[in-house]
Amino acid sequence: MFDNPELMKAIFGRLSLEALPLHEPILVATFIAVAIGGVAMVGALTYFKLWGYLWKEWFTSIDHKRIGIMYIVLGLVMLLRGFADAIMMRAQQVMAFNGSEGYLNAHHYDQIFTAHGVIMIFFVAMPLVTGLMNYVVPLQIGARDVAFPFLNNFSFWMTTAGAALVMASLFIGEFARTGWLAYPPLSNIAYSPDVGVDYYIWSLQVAGVGTLLSGVNLIATIVKMRAPGMTLMKMPVFTWTALCTNVLIVAAFPVLTGVLALLSLDRYAGTNFFTSDFGGNAMMYVNLIWIWGHPEVYILILPAFGIFSEVVSTFCGKRLFGYTSMVYATVVITILSYLVWLHHFFTMGSGASVNSFFGITTMIISIPTGAKMFNWLFTMYRGRIRFEVPMMWTVAFMLTFVVGGMTGVLLAVPPADFVLHNSLFLIAHFHNVIIGGVVFGMFAGITYWFPKAFGFKLDPFWGKMSFWFWVIGFWFAFMPLYVLGLMGVTRRLRVFDDPSLQIWFIIAALGAVMIAVGIACFLIQIAVSIKNREKLRDWTGDPWNGRTLEWSTSSPPPVYNFAFTPVIHDNDAWWDMKKRGYERPADGFKAIHMPSNTSAGIILAGISALVAFALIWQIWWLAIVGFVGLIGTAIGHTFNYHRSFDIPREQVVETERARTQLLQTARA
Amino acid sequence: MTTTTAASAALAETKEAPVFYVADEHDHPEGSSTMLGFWLYLMSDCLVFAVLFATYGVLGANYAAGPSPKELFDLPLVALNTSMLLLSSITYGFAVLEMQKKNQNAMLFWLVVTGLFGAAFLGIELYEFAHMIHEGATPQRSAFLSSFFTLVGTHGLHVTFGIIWMITLIVQVWKFGLIEANKRRLLCLSMFWHFLDVVWIGVFTFVYLMGVLR
Repeated sequence: MFDNPELMKAIFGRLSLEALPLHEPILVATFIAVAIGGVAMVGALTYFKLWGYLWKEWFTSIDHKRIGIMYIVLGLVMLLRGFADAIMMRAQQVMAFNGSEGYLNAHHYDQIFTAHGVIMIFFVAMPLVTGLMNYVVPLQIGARDVAFPFLNNFSFWMTTAGAALVMASLFIGEFARTGWLAYPPLSNIAYSPDVGVDYYIWSLQVAGVGTLLSGVNLIATIVKMRAPGMTLMKMPVFTWTALCTNVLIVAAFPVLTGVLALLSLDRYAGTNFFTSDFGGNAMMYVNLIWIWGHPEVYILILPAFGIFSEVVSTFCGKRLFGYTSMVYATVVITILSYLVWLHHFFTMGSGASVNSFFGITTMIISIPTGAKMFNWLFTMYRGRIRFEVPMMWTVAFMLTFVVGGMTGVLLAVPPADFVLHNSLFLIAHFHNVIIGGVVFGMFAGITYWFPKAFGFKLDPFWGKMSFWFWVIGFWFAFMPLYVLGLMGVTRRLRVFDDPSLQIWFIIAALGAVMIAVGIACFLIQIAVSIKNREKLRDWTGDPWNGRTLEWSTSSPPPVYNFAFTPVIHDNDAWWDMKKRGYERPADGFKAIHMPSNTSAGIILAGISALVAFALIWQIWWLAIVGFVGLIGTAIGHTFNYHRSFDIPREQVVETERARTQLLQTARA
Repeated sequence: MTTTTAASAALAETKEAPVFYVADEHDHPEGSSTMLGFWLYLMSDCLVFAVLFATYGVLGANYAAGPSPKELFDLPLVALNTSMLLLSSITYGFAVLEMQKKNQNAMLFWLVVTGLFGAAFLGIELYEFAHMIHEGATPQRSAFLSSFFTLVGTHGLHVTFGIIWMITLIVQVWKFGLIEANKRRLLCLSMFWHFLDVVWIGVFTFVYLMGVLR
């Protein structure tokens, strides 16, 4: 059987033992480490008999809170992978001077910068953002779950399946060597005949389904499930930014799906969309992918803006300054984000008038963003500022993001862009806004809502350590790249001729090491906090003296979030309730109708990952069997009409009684 | 009393003692967000078609010395095809009317008719594709043909899934009757089906009619 190549090809497609990167010592060592870690984890889970618990309480859960937490865990795990890529690149660029080739060959290095970008955007930033929205939005609007709880679980597992495919490419085959947007003709079959680009396409297609559905889900949730009295202009700002972000997701991700489908047709079926022959046009791909790509960066930053708004008003003890202008600024950014995509390729040669249009629209975006900045500043003005960790992230964001925003405006000037295009200046710019905006925002949000999710605060000492290493590390890591970019160094280089550049790369590498320490401090912070959880315990459900509805329920909230649906009279609903003498109801509880857990989501996503794997390796029979199985399972799931149950009244009474008791102990 | 009226009553009381929660709450009807959610999904699907239309718009004249629309398109055949799909939309409308009147069998009848029209549409489309490929006008031949086959084929794929969905629903209605959940699903499929009709009108106009004019 093994000496019949035709048969082997029919069974295994392109997959063979050669796909294992045994000739790459770095990968072999990584694999051994991952394998040992994986076996240890599986062993520990089995030993402590946790599989059943995980399956029943988490993997099949349709509770938006649990799904939100799982998204954030996914994002943090993938952050470690994406950061490992980053530090490898920094190490390579420090070493590759004076004739040295560094320690990474071109084949490996090119995969690393591609994987770094893909992972950080799709599997770190997106899960963190989606996770926080999933956790917080229903609580902020006084709902018991999202509009489509099963879809929520399915979305999460599709995202995870995409992440798993990217991780699989590390050890089975290879990842794309094209840069994170896989521009053709390089990504087309003629120049990338290997499985790398196919891994790229299918992991993003699978994860994209999840992202799109969670976008639909959260829009429907926000539009249809707000508590009585919460008009649109009484929604918390984070919910507003979540709404705009999800509108962007629904309006942008189909374009990514479409353009990747066209690329895969080029690669699999030999069509001529983006080839250089037979009338194909590669610039069509670049246009389409940026019509998704530019809204994508606002998908990431808008929720971060929302988090900063919540944090600023909470920790300054003031109503947010300029709520209305904040909302309008968010909506204007949402709309404008569709009118700027061409600034990513001014050098395409579309002419002065087109470039001017897109340059001007890009600069206009800085106006609503600036308005937001002033709103935060004026909220702080004469506030009683408490410099707790989330507030520190917010201040660091304001200082860092303004610099990133200004270099963005520089890049928006087409003549300047012709010089700076594709240089390290650009790299410095977008890391400046993504780290200084999104990452700082996520850390602020995680620290802020952690006590809500787990019932105890995060340890402030290690939080501050993480904060300072991250912030200082960021400035050390990326300011040198601005300098290098202005000197004309382009991105994605593996070796350098000019020895005078090396010092800047050394400074940048030092910065990356500091960020590594910052990440380590964050992990230590979580461990220390779990150890000291009794000391850090939040009995009240309102550890920061918060202003919005999520702080009105217990920490962690009961499955049903609110025993009674709240009625809203003010923007800062919970603040208003506290001020006007709200009394927690002690009786009159009723049974609560809730959706039931289901394993359909994880099964469907598992089959999707299998189909994707089969398509990557061209194992056609498996792809067909898997696809039929996928449709069959989906149809089978629709025959299940009993998707909800009642939490009995006694259970609600008992849960609420326990909370009453806790509150009394806390007061005493 | 429904939740909303309870809530508005609660809001009206603000002047006196503020009411901060709905004491007398009833369960929300299941699936109350489904129509909105499905609309949102349809709009996202619409964007996939927008990408394909845009691609056809940009690449549709790149014949690469191969066949052009004028030589390829057989308008009478496409007109017949279009009428199949338009008729299927009308019959789906009849099915929904019967559903509202709770005539389960009549509804199932019209659903079957709709499925048959849809299948006829697909059959004619496949015949057209086979004919073109036989003449050498394959999707690989030129960017025009790549974008043509992808746009029209994606629509056809949607119709295929619509038919699979329809068969599923026929079975479910037949087994479980016209219960709320099934009615909701029938209305979702109805939206999907009419949406495909609208997209096809775009395809017919921009691809076929304007292609022959060009």
